[in-house]
Amino acid sequence: MRDGAAIEVRGLRKVYGGTPAVDGVDLTVPAGEIFALLGPNGAGKTTTVEILEGYRKRDGGEVSVLGIDPVAADAAWRSRVGIVLQGTGEFDELTVGEVVSHFARFYPSPDDPAAVIARVGLTGKTRARTHTLSGGQKRRLDVALGIIGRPQLLFLDEPTTGFDPEARREFWELIRDLAGGGTTIVLTTHYLEEAEALADRVGVIAGGRLIAVDTPRDLGDRDSAPATVSWRTPEGVWESARSATPTALVADLASRYGGEVPGLTVTRPTLEDVYLEMISA
Amino acid sequence: MKLQLGLRQGVLEVRQFLRSREQVVFTLAFPAIMILVFGSIFTGDIGGGVKFTQYFVTGMIATGLMTAGFQALAIQIPMERDRGVLKRLLGTPMPRWVYFAGKVLMVAFIAVLETVILLTVATLLFGLDLPDTAGRWLTFLWVSALGITACTLCGVAFSSLARTGRSAPAVVTPVALILQFISGVFFVFTSLPGWMQNLASIFPLKWMCQGLRAVFLPASFGSQEPGGSYDLPKVALVLGVWCLVALVLCLTTFRWTTRRDG
Repeated sequence: MRDGAAIEVRGLRKVYGGTPAVDGVDLTVPAGEIFALLGPNGAGKTTTVEILEGYRKRDGGEVSVLGIDPVAADAAWRSRVGIVLQGTGEFDELTVGEVVSHFARFYPSPDDPAAVIARVGLTGKTRARTHTLSGGQKRRLDVALGIIGRPQLLFLDEPTTGFDPEARREFWELIRDLAGGGTTIVLTTHYLEEAEALADRVGVIAGGRLIAVDTPRDLGDRDSAPATVSWRTPEGVWESARSATPTALVADLASRYGGEVPGLTVTRPTLEDVYLEMISA
Repeated sequence: MKLQLGLRQGVLEVRQFLRSREQVVFTLAFPAIMILVFGSIFTGDIGGGVKFTQYFVTGMIATGLMTAGFQALAIQIPMERDRGVLKRLLGTPMPRWVYFAGKVLMVAFIAVLETVILLTVATLLFGLDLPDTAGRWLTFLWVSALGITACTLCGVAFSSLARTGRSAPAVVTPVALILQFISGVFFVFTSLPGWMQNLASIFPLKWMCQGLRAVFLPASFGSQEPGGSYDLPKVALVLGVWCLVALVLCLTTFRWTTRRDG
């Protein structure tokens, strides 16, 4: 499996009440990759992911996840797939330690509960009832339950919603760490910087279609898109120009100012710029 | 190994129950509180020197079993479904029966405990006469076991009816309350209008009460039952049929996810 594709999707379709929610999605995620699925609310992200997780039936197309059609998911397949859903399913009156240990029993070769709790940074909360956790801590518990079975493939549906910046950085480290261990990771997110920081490739889904799949750096030809050059004139006024040939513009400015151009910046469109342009098209 | 998993699930369910204080107080003490109220109001006898308590305790036991099995599950399961607990469990390799095994063990634990508390209170404060023969204890055991099984299965089946966890109590509570009124829990069954008796005869609670009356009332009182006897075979038959029907409903209609999950 390590060398093959973890996920193969061809012509995936899902229709709700006559309206297609997913309308012909093709996607291949190689084993070991971190793949981020971006898209506005209602674009079909969660529907697509939940079909891959075996929660929903599809209306058309072919799907293979770890070599198996998720519709035919059995316990053996389930034990190889970790799932962190969007909503948290809480066990209010149980402690973090009790819940993680209990879930460990579901799996044939689980990780050590204490080690997993430490990995998500909840060691100090092991004996705390889950309803006393903060939003971010609950989310980390969700992640702990997703990885306790040592999955080959981990789905994360908007995992860092409600995290503070520090917690988000820690979470990214955890994900990189898991990916480093060979786990394939599919995540959906609304945070473009998260996709950029984590993902090997990102896919943009809009109107039920996958409209682009590329590395975060190359998405939407970001690297060759017109750049914005900004500088300050000797009179102290900020000037800026969009240019398909920013190098030539900078060279021109350099000769005009006879050396250093005051306040010079050259920026390509951010991932967010490219993304927003894509989904509004 | 797998059986152990079901047992562990039960331990966890009981632990969750014991840790929610309101639930513990209200569920476990409710039948005992009811007998305190009724035992204090009706101090007379129902003829032949048999105390009212002797009659009421049967209704309270049956109500307690219905609350623990039917009402608790029909409310708790939709709430857990709304919170995403069921969906999350579905995403693990946990065999599905383990979830139900956990619920069954929890219901059994509560049912036994609340019945013991009820009988203790009724015996100490109102001079309840406990069954005096092995035969009566045996009847007590099988009527309770069959009754709680029917109630549990009905609770699981009913859990698919509530659209949301929040609406579940509103759907379930009136059903339970009406059944109590028409099944002879609060009033002597034979004093109810005929149509009400007939309606109640469709549902399990009436038969649970009747079976328990055979345990706690003198054998001679059987002639006062609507059918002229306690008719234990029919009690077993009706409760057994309810178990079967509810089981089929559970297997065919149980939902692990909410409606908006498509």
